[in-house]
Amino acid sequence: MPETWYLVAVLATVFAITLALRALPFAALKPLRESELVRTLSVWMPAGILAILAASTLRGTILAGNGDGHGVLLEGAIAVAVTVVVHLAFGRRTLLSVGLGTATFVALVNLS
Amino acid sequence: MTELTHRVPATAPEATAATPSTRSEVAAGIRASLSAGLGMFPLGIAFGLLVVQAGLPWWVAPALSLAAFAGSLELLLVGMIVVAAPLVTIALTTFLVNFRHVFYAFSFPIGVVRNPFARAYSVYALIDEAYAVTAASTDRWSAPRLLSMQLAFQSYWVGGGLVGVLVASMLPAPIEGLEFALCALFVTLTLDACRKREQVPSLVLAGLSFTAAVLLTPESALFVALLFFLGALLVRYTVQRMRVRAGARLGSGSRSAARSRAGIRRTRA
Repeated sequence: MPETWYLVAVLATVFAITLALRALPFAALKPLRESELVRTLSVWMPAGILAILAASTLRGTILAGNGDGHGVLLEGAIAVAVTVVVHLAFGRRTLLSVGLGTATFVALVNLS
Repeated sequence: MTELTHRVPATAPEATAATPSTRSEVAAGIRASLSAGLGMFPLGIAFGLLVVQAGLPWWVAPALSLAAFAGSLELLLVGMIVVAAPLVTIALTTFLVNFRHVFYAFSFPIGVVRNPFARAYSVYALIDEAYAVTAASTDRWSAPRLLSMQLAFQSYWVGGGLVGVLVASMLPAPIEGLEFALCALFVTLTLDACRKREQVPSLVLAGLSFTAAVLLTPESALFVALLFFLGALLVRYTVQRMRVRAGARLGSGSRSAARSRAGIRRTRA
């Protein structure tokens, strides 16, 4: 279990950066709004960042295995496919897609 | 819903505290929070479950939800805290994952909130859902309506986390594989973020960044991948700027210059 000072440091770091990102634009709205770099990055960043997070969390899940030291590459791939298909086929209802995808993974990992 | 706003004088929203119309504004704010809350509460439960199953103290769930109040980041942080990720990694991840918040200020109706404390809370609680609901709505916003919606959002999220902590403490054994929920969430968010073809270059650069990071620095792949991706976007921006400038020097009649300018205009829109 991590030490308390580390947890407090994490909380302080996360609080400061999150609040700054939310508050700064209200203080410096005009220069930011006029910055072409900021505007362009706002269009380019989200899809790529989210894709990296998806890949990174999938890699973490696969590397961690199912607790017995077995890799769960196939289970992970099937669960991702279920998530994508459900999301695209049933009108992008996040709760449904995440729920069915996770249920698939939990079922596969516990059955194997 | 719009007829309610007319009863509240737009000039002094706080002055009408405790009058029936304020109460109806609060009710309207809570109503506006319900559909997004339907997703936030179960995700909060999953977050609380994850915190306890990861072996962290239960209070980390409400503490993170108060410090960050950003769902996907908090879920991500659980995994990073467990492996005692360096603070600089946590700082960069927080900065890049929440960078999108910078753009919410442009259209968020913060102007209706006059009280400085209420205003500070409204800025602090400017989450994706609050932005999305106000951006999608054509209603006139008032301070009580906006604040009650944001307070409702935070109570769904913190409450869901506490329920998750409670459920986890009652489970005989941890549920194997539950952490996949976070991966599934990011998969759906990625799908929602790239509905247009112009997002393809970003996806390709992200894929290259992640692959390179896994091969070069498998121990800190996420941190390095995010850095590579940011660097790649800055290079892409510089190249595009140079192309536009070169096109402009050749004369405004040049077809390629016009095309690349149009390209920039498209991505900005």
